[in-house]
Amino acid sequence: MEPATKGASMSSPISRGFRGRPRQTGAAAGRLPPGQYETRDFPVLSAGPTPHVPLDTWTFTLRGPDARRVQWTWEEFQALPREAVTSDIHCVTKWSKLDTLWEGVSVDTLIAEAEARGVRIAPFVLASADGAYTTNLPLADVTGGKAWIATVYDGAPLAPAHGGPARLLVPHLYFWKSAKWVRQLQFLERDVPGFWESHGYHNYGDPWREQRYAGDP
Amino acid sequence: MTIAWRVATVADVVAETPRARTILLDVPGWPGHRAGQHVDVRLTAEDGYQAERSYSIASAPEDARVALTIERLDDGEVSPYLADALRAGDPLELRGPIGGYFVWDLAVGGPLLLVAGGSGIVPLMAMLRHRAAALRMAAAVGGPDGDARRRVPARLLYSARTWDDVIYRDELERLAAEDPTLEVVLTLTRETSAAWTGFRRRIDRMMLAEVAWPPAERPHVFVCGPTPLVEAVAAALVELGHEPARVKTERFGPTGEGR
Amino acid sequence: MQREADGTDALRLDGNAAAGILSEIFVPDLTTARATCAGCGATREMGALLVYAHGMGMVVRCPGCDAVVLVVARAGPRLWLDLTGARRIVVPAVPPA
Repeated sequence: MEPATKGASMSSPISRGFRGRPRQTGAAAGRLPPGQYETRDFPVLSAGPTPHVPLDTWTFTLRGPDARRVQWTWEEFQALPREAVTSDIHCVTKWSKLDTLWEGVSVDTLIAEAEARGVRIAPFVLASADGAYTTNLPLADVTGGKAWIATVYDGAPLAPAHGGPARLLVPHLYFWKSAKWVRQLQFLERDVPGFWESHGYHNYGDPWREQRYAGDP
Repeated sequence: MTIAWRVATVADVVAETPRARTILLDVPGWPGHRAGQHVDVRLTAEDGYQAERSYSIASAPEDARVALTIERLDDGEVSPYLADALRAGDPLELRGPIGGYFVWDLAVGGPLLLVAGGSGIVPLMAMLRHRAAALRMAAAVGGPDGDARRRVPARLLYSARTWDDVIYRDELERLAAEDPTLEVVLTLTRETSAAWTGFRRRIDRMMLAEVAWPPAERPHVFVCGPTPLVEAVAAALVELGHEPARVKTERFGPTGEGR
Repeated sequence: MQREADGTDALRLDGNAAAGILSEIFVPDLTTARATCAGCGATREMGALLVYAHGMGMVVRCPGCDAVVLVVARAGPRLWLDLTGARRIVVPAVPPA
């Protein structure tokens, strides 16, 4: 459950002796964005049933604003150069997890191949995932070494509950942007809000400026 | 009208099993409830951090106090506080009663089939307590008591880990002993004692076929407990021929910690 | 629809789980209201729908086709309600006996 901001519910009685999940603010000073608590768990949040896509039918697609696209099968995807990534991740529900370990294909690598095949790379991205989930990002936020399609977490193949076989990983933004079960990135000329962006959450989602909800500066 | 948050006071706490206890509450302005409804409970730490969970009401609408029965989950955030730390005189913020779907009262009729897994027994116990109280009242008012009971026969199939984990065990035995139209069937999935001669496995289709009324009787069915159990039981009942619209479910999530 | 409650699916809840937050928006209890899924056209009591209580909001889905019927998001100071997945919602005038 979401921690309240300090002083929020002054009329609620204090539950004597209730501490809640262990949480620290000062200990990881400097690494936690404003309003976040550190967790050692990896909480699973789900907006729908876990998709189970057999790897022999799984594909990942980069698509331009027109019909041109490039698609990888799982086998082809596994042959792409992979990177190890260590990063902090920040959920808008106020939990942060530090030093998480991933392996994935850099989105820069995928874009380079797509460009070579004639896919037009436009300034806005709409990520689509199994379960009809979408999220949107500016092109600048998935390039320059900021984003990956991750298939390994903590040394093991990414579990379905955490978005496996592959999820988008964009750790510099709130973690709802790191779409689980990602299947496609589409480049668009105009920004198209994704699922949570259409349901009250901030369109961009920078944790360091605490851009949680629509209307936050 | 929005269901308002209220501050209740803990009147008493009663141990049920090594893992579970009942909290009896005085709730100012409590509007009354129907068996099967729940409350949302909200806890506030000294730094303002809040956590919220839902808990089924254990008491019958006829009871003087609102009762919640909490089972402690080892890695739960809220249940250890409610199951251990909370004591008489403490405040407890809650709102309710909530939910008009998973409810039963005598007027709905029978036969009544209740299937519980672990702490899923709580809302179903409210239904059985209400049934007993309402039938007692019907008998007191006059008329042949036997008829009322026979019109609303009830069966409970309750899966627990061991004999000691059966919440409300003595009360269930007493209710069943006093009322031939109520049957209570337990299945204990981790009981090691040879003295237990009943079912010793998870609820499955065969057990349901044995215990449930035939679909032709059109029982009102309520299934409550951890999500995997509830989904397996509901699916099995539908496979056996029970109408899906008559099988009402209340999933408690993976661990059963008050959603 | 048979489904395996594994991993995140064990987090699945019933329509009742959304009753609390919906009570902040609607006067009558919605769990006995009958909702028609805009995806497959099936009509069910809202209590029979599936609730995924994601920390960012509640996503309520049709048990038949898994389409999103409604979303209630508590986004900071506001509650966002999206009912576009429900073609129609019929609320009983009198609570059922």
